[in-house]
Amino acid sequence: MRYVDEFRQPELISKAAEEIRRLAGTQRHYRMMEVCGGHTHAIYRFGLKDILPENIELIHGPGCPVCVLPMGRIDDGLSIAQNPDVIFAAFGDMMRVPGTQGSPLEHKARGMDVRIVYSPSDALKLARLNPGKHVMFFAIGFETTAPSTALVMMRAKAEGIRNFSVFCNHVTIIPAIRAILDSPDMRLDAFVGPGHVSTVIGCRPYEWIAKDAGKPIVISGFEPLDMLQSIVMLLRQLQRGEAKVENQYKRVVPWEGNSAALRAMGEVFQLRPYFEWRGLGFISQSALRVNEQYAAWDSEQRFAVPGIRVTDPKAAQCGEVLKGVLKPHQCKLFGRECTPEHPIGALMVSSEGSCAAYYNYEHRKAATETSLSSIS
Amino acid sequence: MCLAIPGKIVEISPESPTTALVDVVGVRRKIDLGLLQDDKPVPGDWVLIHVGFAMSKISEGDAVDQMRTLRMLGEIDGAMQEVQGYGLEDGK
Repeated sequence: MRYVDEFRQPELISKAAEEIRRLAGTQRHYRMMEVCGGHTHAIYRFGLKDILPENIELIHGPGCPVCVLPMGRIDDGLSIAQNPDVIFAAFGDMMRVPGTQGSPLEHKARGMDVRIVYSPSDALKLARLNPGKHVMFFAIGFETTAPSTALVMMRAKAEGIRNFSVFCNHVTIIPAIRAILDSPDMRLDAFVGPGHVSTVIGCRPYEWIAKDAGKPIVISGFEPLDMLQSIVMLLRQLQRGEAKVENQYKRVVPWEGNSAALRAMGEVFQLRPYFEWRGLGFISQSALRVNEQYAAWDSEQRFAVPGIRVTDPKAAQCGEVLKGVLKPHQCKLFGRECTPEHPIGALMVSSEGSCAAYYNYEHRKAATETSLSSIS
Repeated sequence: MCLAIPGKIVEISPESPTTALVDVVGVRRKIDLGLLQDDKPVPGDWVLIHVGFAMSKISEGDAVDQMRTLRMLGEIDGAMQEVQGYGLEDGK
């Protein structure tokens, strides 16, 4: 059992944990999905599992953009950057994600011009600084990141910068939740809703989860107390037989979202008819593509894209882990062939991926305890 | 990916109203205000920053909380690395 006095506001943490135990009782098992990868990371980091009663199970959702990107998309992006006139720019999170022929970082070692950027604006700046080259920004992320990509494309258009394009892999969270709810092997009672995505989309887009699917959802902050309070709110709804959208993270998330960000996305992007998600398969209207007005800044419309499809290594069970059917350590490759140092699946690459989080906090802890007990 | 870093607006750029100088625990960087056009921040306001863009206005108390969350998550180094990585400054 973890000692709650390690936390800030330990008395509030204790109170929330006690309330959870009281509400959860012992008669029923609760399965709650935290949708956002940031929450998954926080749950492991803070050892929340040790605070929660055993009959509350947290299932890790699809909200890690690096983890859900199929390997074929990485291959497609890298194939464009084989052209020596192209600079491949991406966030640091992408750099170690394996493609069939290696990660972007490994391609860099073989001579590809690969640059880490911390902002899409910096990718545009690279284009200004390298007028003889074409800068392709390999864009990933949910609605948290997509508006920034959109604004940068609007700037490129306004300034007439032609040596810049975006390879768009932006995805949208709502259809992924719908796919999970439709999946026959998923039995969930409630959702811990994503925090920062909701600063953009607001709370309304989740209403169907409550109304149509009959599942409670609480938009949550990232501190231990935030998440425990969100679980209390979910349990209260479940006890009363209610299903509502509630906002625990009011200090950051406005109910209506961010209108300027939504406008920017609407200006540049349109929904793809379907998009492949690693582990979840093809989901209709679940991703964004660049619209016709911005075709000149769309890597997929400017370059020949091979449209590579790669099936995950058979032994890797990323899909089952991503859907919460298997726990990370139940995958055959976990901790053996697949580790954060040598990732085979993307869930092991990002700190928000459930395998990396499990490995870093649970697996290493268990290994230390085993070696200590063997010494004594 | 989900990192959101709190910063305090020091100055809005006189040349570009969508660029601001922010202070993130003593480090000063330029960020983009383009996503807060409907609720424009002014110097002294606190904002949450994601990939170089201000995403939402927050209170000073919430900024302190957010910084502490990042520290507790072991993400503070990553966050500072990200902030220092913004190459939005001129001449870089």
